[in-house]
Amino acid sequence: MTAVEDRPAGFVDNDQKPVGYGRMLRKEDPRFIRGMGRYVDDINLPGMLHLAILRSPVAHARIISIDTRAAEAHPKVKAVVTGAILAEKGLAWMPTLSNDVQAVLATDKVRFQGQEVAFVVAEDRYAARDALELIEVEYDILDPVMDVRKALEPGAPLIRDDLEGKKDNHCFDWETGDAAATEAVFAKADVVVSEDIVYPRVHPAPMETCGCVADFERVEGKLTLWTTSQAPHAHRTVYALVSGLPEHKIRVIAPDIGGGFGNKVPIYPGYVCAIVASLVIGKPVKWTEDRSENLVSTGFARDYIMRGEIAATKDGKILAIRTNVLADHGAFNGTAAPIKYPAGFFGVFTGSYDLEAAYCKMTAVYTNKAPGGVAYACSFRITEAVYLVERIVDCLAYQLDMDPAELRLKNFIQPDQFPYTSKTGWVYDSGDYEPAMRLAMDMIGYDELRKEQAEKRAKGELMGIGISFFTEAVGAGPRKDMDILGLGMADGSELRIHPTGKAVLRVSCMSQGQGHETTYAQIVAEEIGIPPADIQVVNGDTDNTPFGLGTYGSRSTPVSGAAAALVARKVRDKAQIIASGMLEVSVADLEWDKGSFHVKGDPSKSVTIQAIAMRAHGAGDLPEGIEGGLEAQICYNPSNLTYPFGAYICVVDVDPGTAQVKVRRFVAVDDCGTRINPMIIEGQVHGGLTDGVGMALMEMISFDEDGNCLSGSLMDYLIPTALEVPEWETGYTVTPSPHHPIGAKGVGESATVGSPPCVVNAVMDALKPFKVRHADMPLTPSRVWEAMQGRTRPPI
Amino acid sequence: MQVSMTVNGAPVTEEIEGRMLLVHFLRDQLRLTGTHWGCDTSNCGTCVVWMDGEPVKSCTVLAAMAGGREVRTVEGLEQDGVLDPVQQGFMECHGLQCGFCTPGMIMTARALLDRNPDPSDGEIREAISGQICRCTGYTTIVRSVKWAAAYEAAQVTS
Amino acid sequence: MQVPAPFEYARAGNVAEAIGLLERLGSSAKLVAGGHSLLPMMKLRLANFEYLIDINDLHGELGYITVASDQIRIGAMTRHRELLESAPLLAAFPIFRDAEHVIADPVVRNRGTLGGSLCQADPSEDLSAVCTTLDASCVIQGSGGQRVVSMAEFHRGPYETAVGDDELLIEIRLPLRAGGSSAYEKVERRAGDWAVVSCGAALWMDGGTIAEARVGLAAVGPNTTGIPAIGELLRGKAPSDELFREAGALASSSCSPVTDLRGTEEYKRHLAGELTRRTLSTCVARIKQGV
Repeated sequence: MTAVEDRPAGFVDNDQKPVGYGRMLRKEDPRFIRGMGRYVDDINLPGMLHLAILRSPVAHARIISIDTRAAEAHPKVKAVVTGAILAEKGLAWMPTLSNDVQAVLATDKVRFQGQEVAFVVAEDRYAARDALELIEVEYDILDPVMDVRKALEPGAPLIRDDLEGKKDNHCFDWETGDAAATEAVFAKADVVVSEDIVYPRVHPAPMETCGCVADFERVEGKLTLWTTSQAPHAHRTVYALVSGLPEHKIRVIAPDIGGGFGNKVPIYPGYVCAIVASLVIGKPVKWTEDRSENLVSTGFARDYIMRGEIAATKDGKILAIRTNVLADHGAFNGTAAPIKYPAGFFGVFTGSYDLEAAYCKMTAVYTNKAPGGVAYACSFRITEAVYLVERIVDCLAYQLDMDPAELRLKNFIQPDQFPYTSKTGWVYDSGDYEPAMRLAMDMIGYDELRKEQAEKRAKGELMGIGISFFTEAVGAGPRKDMDILGLGMADGSELRIHPTGKAVLRVSCMSQGQGHETTYAQIVAEEIGIPPADIQVVNGDTDNTPFGLGTYGSRSTPVSGAAAALVARKVRDKAQIIASGMLEVSVADLEWDKGSFHVKGDPSKSVTIQAIAMRAHGAGDLPEGIEGGLEAQICYNPSNLTYPFGAYICVVDVDPGTAQVKVRRFVAVDDCGTRINPMIIEGQVHGGLTDGVGMALMEMISFDEDGNCLSGSLMDYLIPTALEVPEWETGYTVTPSPHHPIGAKGVGESATVGSPPCVVNAVMDALKPFKVRHADMPLTPSRVWEAMQGRTRPPI
Repeated sequence: MQVSMTVNGAPVTEEIEGRMLLVHFLRDQLRLTGTHWGCDTSNCGTCVVWMDGEPVKSCTVLAAMAGGREVRTVEGLEQDGVLDPVQQGFMECHGLQCGFCTPGMIMTARALLDRNPDPSDGEIREAISGQICRCTGYTTIVRSVKWAAAYEAAQVTS
Repeated sequence: MQVPAPFEYARAGNVAEAIGLLERLGSSAKLVAGGHSLLPMMKLRLANFEYLIDINDLHGELGYITVASDQIRIGAMTRHRELLESAPLLAAFPIFRDAEHVIADPVVRNRGTLGGSLCQADPSEDLSAVCTTLDASCVIQGSGGQRVVSMAEFHRGPYETAVGDDELLIEIRLPLRAGGSSAYEKVERRAGDWAVVSCGAALWMDGGTIAEARVGLAAVGPNTTGIPAIGELLRGKAPSDELFREAGALASSSCSPVTDLRGTEEYKRHLAGELTRRTLSTCVARIKQGV
């Protein structure tokens, strides 16, 4: 591997780029810093119309009537469409990614505040919005189910009466682990700690809201959809299934995406409405969500009410973990997760510890809230799992009066145990936990901080030190186990080397800011020796990229990254044969030296990859059986997930008078295996840490008992600014994945997964003098103060 | 109604509705799509442009209110093919990921450096505190602004 | 993004023109200055007007901070940033520095005005609490001339003021007296959020005893709350932690907060007391330091 030093400050010639891994400035940045990015709302086609959606003002109601006459009479309005009109076309309902159905436009009832009821298409966005005011809807208000704990009570209002034979609000049950074995371990344990832990509903809220431009071209019968999609190929297939358009007549283009975080994985009714509108009207139709629509109707995250139990010996050997979860899935099960994993990868709640037994029982229910459930960089519910285990381990440390670092160090899975099969059946590929933990402790000066804390406590000051240690499971996934709506989670990749030695790599995944154009160019550069500047990376256009399942769950590097490396190796193998012809030696007599082949023992006899590319396209014969051109395509099916891990430690100060929490320092040590571009990795970690501070201290989607969403704007859904977060301090260890072609693991969500428990653990540590063992997020000043008064109420 | 203003140094006159927001005027009417929008409530700051030399949230300014004034957007920063050091700093220090908040951040940072050529970390954080970045966690944005400040200081001394 | 309902835009070039437009258009018209409270409400269609009168051109006329021997006069169009950057104002009333750093964010502060803040009459609004603390009076102008009202008279309830449909708030006057200082503290869930509770205090010493003290609280009642009983308690006494704790207890019991997403009623009462105690103590410390 070529490690490239940090670039010194100052302008550096852009040609001085590494060939391979190392810090490298991003290839996408020159357009972004000039305001030349191209996002969906930037697209403006001739004759384009604008679509706006009328949404339900109430959480649960029967629709009595909809009067659209006044809206239709608006001079700039081209169409007004209700659920009844869609139903005539068989388009009123669509499948969710969890094999449930969701209304595109409500026909019978509205089931959450913000649900789509009708849409207007008009000449401009102002007129479309005005026309919504002219639609009269008469509702028969029904009691909503807002308290998830009461959703299954007899007599609870029935939400999903659209489902044949449905008599209650039960969504699904799920379990993992061994109940009896776990019970036996709990029965013999010295210490059992139990805690009710809520992970409230939060929202990814990317800065760019969701939207699309649908353009149906009648002569060719082809639909082009520019859309905010993290998974363009999966979306294309779903649109084909829903609309009946043949799949080759649908082109989904995801241009630049202004952040996704899982929010742009599902298919939302707005996209379908825009497609229908363009099909019917024959003109391009743009729909762009406003922020309220984004917050009240699109994929939320979390909303798990968990009872965590941990069993241990009195000297701190953790024996078993057990949990019972009540999951709020909203009005439709819109979870985007591999279909055999209705609770996502929550099964990794055993964390980084070597246990004797574990068990989880989960019940999921419908409520009158927006659908969703897997989003916000959660790695398919690993956020919830890690929060549960890291919180309950800290509760155990509290109960044993043991240092939380020491407790974790005592219980880690040991390096010689890998590959390690957890008690819930997950096969951890590689890990070496203690060095990461020790590094984090050294970086932050753990022992000194404990001394400082003791001094401060003596003076009545509240300082807390929080630790979390997480193991993730990312890179879905082996297609034998993992699919979404029957689409196996494998990723295609295609590499072409042009005659002059420049290259184009086409990948199936889709960047939302992760820097794919740079990272994948570096992966190919490392394998084939062409500088990254000479490699164009194409993503986000289904007509111009091979099929694959998209970017979420930290799967881009584990899956598409592997595909990029392997397709480059396939091209290199062909190049080697061509080189053998050029140098007139056998293939076995050639050695690869990143960018050229030379004859073993005689480096002067060599050919560059660029020369080989020209030869592959040029005049003259190629070795027997070799076709012209230098290109390859593969589809990579991972043999396992990758298991990145990390040790996080933070320091908080709590104002004893106002209960305000200030995160003073935060050290994050991540191990994501082989590191391709350390600058990009650091950026991914920083962003996730900020998410974690947000969730721990301020973010939550709240409802009142009538079903009103109280967090429908960025005035009320609080996201950290630069003033709430410290200067992030990062470190790393490297434990390569044994099964990944380049040893890399995913990292995009590690920090979002690992940081919330770290911050909460720190606040609880600060509140130790008040004998607070647990308080739920978000730890707003008021909630912290209430905890200090001995009143720890769950947020829902 | 008709509105006239200067945008990135060039005079423009357009027919608009009185209610048109400046951000839509720039994006939809003038096709200057570098300026973004991300909320309805002046909280996110992706829409920051300059009006008469000061950063403002263009989602909360009517185009009509900008009449007779000078507006500058991210598209107006690069001069004769030379990037503003703030733009360069954001590239050098990985001050952006998805790029959506970036134009607003850059405009605010440029205005800060014009008034305070050597800001502290705290001053930079306060200056951008009305703007949300969901990707970077802000540390690299602070570094980017400091990079630009250091670069400009070096230019002055040399 | 949400967009306002249609309206006619008008621009006033001076105070007389603004009043003329208001008289002509009546309650169908609304003035817009910075616009950061009004325009979001109009975009969300919580407020609709037929006419919007842009008074930003009045900044030349009403953007000033004038210090006289007995008072400071601030034009209603003075922007937050100008308040924050006015050395004479901050020297006389450091409370403005404290408050202006925690109002919204710097970009909003480039546009938002003192007059706009007061006229919005949001019970959580910080400058209203500052003006209550400083015993400000408000100069309201109509075609018939000017009238001057106290802050208590100015705010008539949430989002309601004494300014008539055809009138304009043109100036805020802050009485000056020697021997005092002032301070402001705000607890918010996040920078730029409205206050959970915020509190201003101003205090004047005469030798070793308190000559006068005022407190102004935001977000704990229908209007920003000045608690005269605190002045009565403190006058003539020597400052002490215990005395200020007592003043805090008075603030806690005298206000009327409600539980909402920002906090519980109990917590807000606690904060009213805690912030009262802190800001009063800061005033005394500042007097001792001569700031």
